[in-house]
Amino acid sequence: MNASAPKKMSLKQKYALMTRGVDWTPTYQKPEDFYPYAQFEGIKIHDWDAWEDPFRLTVDSYWKFQAEKERKLYAVIDSIAQNNAQTGITDPRYLNAVKLFIQGVTPLEYQAHRHFAHLARHLPGAGVRIAAQMQSIDELRHTQTQIHTISHYNKFFDGMHDFQHMHDRLWYLSVPKSFFDDAVTAGPFEFLTAISFAFEYVLTNLLFVPFMSGAAYNGDLATVTFGFSAQSDESRHMTLGLEAVRFLLEQDEGNVPIVQKWIDKWFWRGYRLLSLVSMMMDYMLPKKVMSWAEAWEMYYEDAGGALFADLARYGIKPPKYADVASKEKDRISHEVWTVFYNYTHAAAIHTWDVDDAHLDWLSEKYPATFDKHYRDRYLTWRGQAAEGKRFYNNGLPMLCNLCQIPMAFSEPDDPSTICFRDSTYNGAKYHFCSDGCKDIFDNEPEKYVQSWLPVHQIYQGNCGGASVEDVLKWYHIDLGTDNLDFAGSPEDKMWQSWKNPGAKPESDLPLAAE
Amino acid sequence: MSRNVSLTLQNTGDSRPIIEAIVADNATAQVREFPSMTKIDCPDKLVIRAGSVTSRIGRAWDVQEIHLSVISLSGTVDEEEDEFTLFWK
Repeated sequence: MNASAPKKMSLKQKYALMTRGVDWTPTYQKPEDFYPYAQFEGIKIHDWDAWEDPFRLTVDSYWKFQAEKERKLYAVIDSIAQNNAQTGITDPRYLNAVKLFIQGVTPLEYQAHRHFAHLARHLPGAGVRIAAQMQSIDELRHTQTQIHTISHYNKFFDGMHDFQHMHDRLWYLSVPKSFFDDAVTAGPFEFLTAISFAFEYVLTNLLFVPFMSGAAYNGDLATVTFGFSAQSDESRHMTLGLEAVRFLLEQDEGNVPIVQKWIDKWFWRGYRLLSLVSMMMDYMLPKKVMSWAEAWEMYYEDAGGALFADLARYGIKPPKYADVASKEKDRISHEVWTVFYNYTHAAAIHTWDVDDAHLDWLSEKYPATFDKHYRDRYLTWRGQAAEGKRFYNNGLPMLCNLCQIPMAFSEPDDPSTICFRDSTYNGAKYHFCSDGCKDIFDNEPEKYVQSWLPVHQIYQGNCGGASVEDVLKWYHIDLGTDNLDFAGSPEDKMWQSWKNPGAKPESDLPLAAE
Repeated sequence: MSRNVSLTLQNTGDSRPIIEAIVADNATAQVREFPSMTKIDCPDKLVIRAGSVTSRIGRAWDVQEIHLSVISLSGTVDEEEDEFTLFWK
């Protein structure tokens, strides 16, 4: 061994050399021309060098570990295809959660990829630019691995064939789309607070951790593998989010009220978006890991409580309306399921009769609300369907102008009354599902009066025509295949033929009574 | 008042020795197992010592290998050559 071999650099030295060490200061351009988006939000940064990535990840290690993650993931993807893993899931109804994932989440990963590339160019600090650059590449990896993995299910099941087109047009997918459109049209510091902090740090745990555990429990090798592979990047992103917010708060006291406003806004926006996940957890996992309410307690109330106690020394308060979210935890999944059951004819997923064992599980998990408010509703629907009068709502719902979810959420203190709020701006009235959504509108009405609201667009004649069939065509939903109840769907028949080869297919269950 | 830091790892061959090392080195760590993942909560602080993992796997463990196993965390991260720490300030 050569005794004079150079000593291995410490992580700190390597990090310093490979971030700030490769940065330079422009000499023939003014800083404000070089970084044109860094000023207008009112955030003041005095020392960009104070930023440090606690993981101290440099690009050489980044490639090494990401390559290892990809090797592991693609070995599993090969194995899924080779071993017909689609036949091993507990119940084909489960896959409706995966359909929501590819339609609603994967396009957001791509938006995140694009916008972190923007941050990697436009934030004035070298440390945070490098972190944003890695995250941009991560998000592209998530998009690609989700498409690759789910494409295996797309060979057999419906509703996944045109997810990006659907993302841009469908009424319920305007919820995630408008969320991210709002973030990418904000300034770089708001985006960082919105996506890296409020969404990644505070809320994505609820999608990627207990739900993915549920995917594993239901035999979905595909989703758990891409989910955890993505989530291994997310823990780096969460750390970026927390450090970013701390950095902004430490740099200037004047930043505190600006950041607080963003935390309030993006907590509520993210929480409303996750109402889709509450339904995935409580209604779409045949074998259950935990309820939405339990996940909320574990990942928001406990983890978020510790986080906001930590941020209190900067003068940051827990997000406004977090108390409302906690009040809603026993109701939100049932309210969202109700919306989808009413409108499955216009959705690229299926719904179904909630069977007795599942009703009992919901009663057990939601003792204060389920039997009192929801059980009879589902039993009524079951009775209607048995008489050939399965109820589909053929009216178009009023949407919240902010989160774009149909106005189906109840008053914070009264589960039996729908919550309506409104604001008037320039002589026109705008409607909201909650005080949280109304506040966000009232702070930036000039932004949200531009919202592309799917119901308004249908009424204005911009969505393919005046009939349900016309709109479904414009959505690229194949009527009778992608939509309606699971029972009697082509997927149902295919699954029965897999499980009971040679058996005579059961007769179709009744469809809509229109 | 103590506040929990939290680390969630995948249930894989790479993670098992890390979980063992955490349990050995953090007396107050609480371990909960779920399908495909293990969540470890610990009041105020949790440390992963590279040496403890190394002694379990029979080769040098690089602290940054944590990136292959972790799926969620709560707390402030500090990563050094020989240990990975999660804490609340």
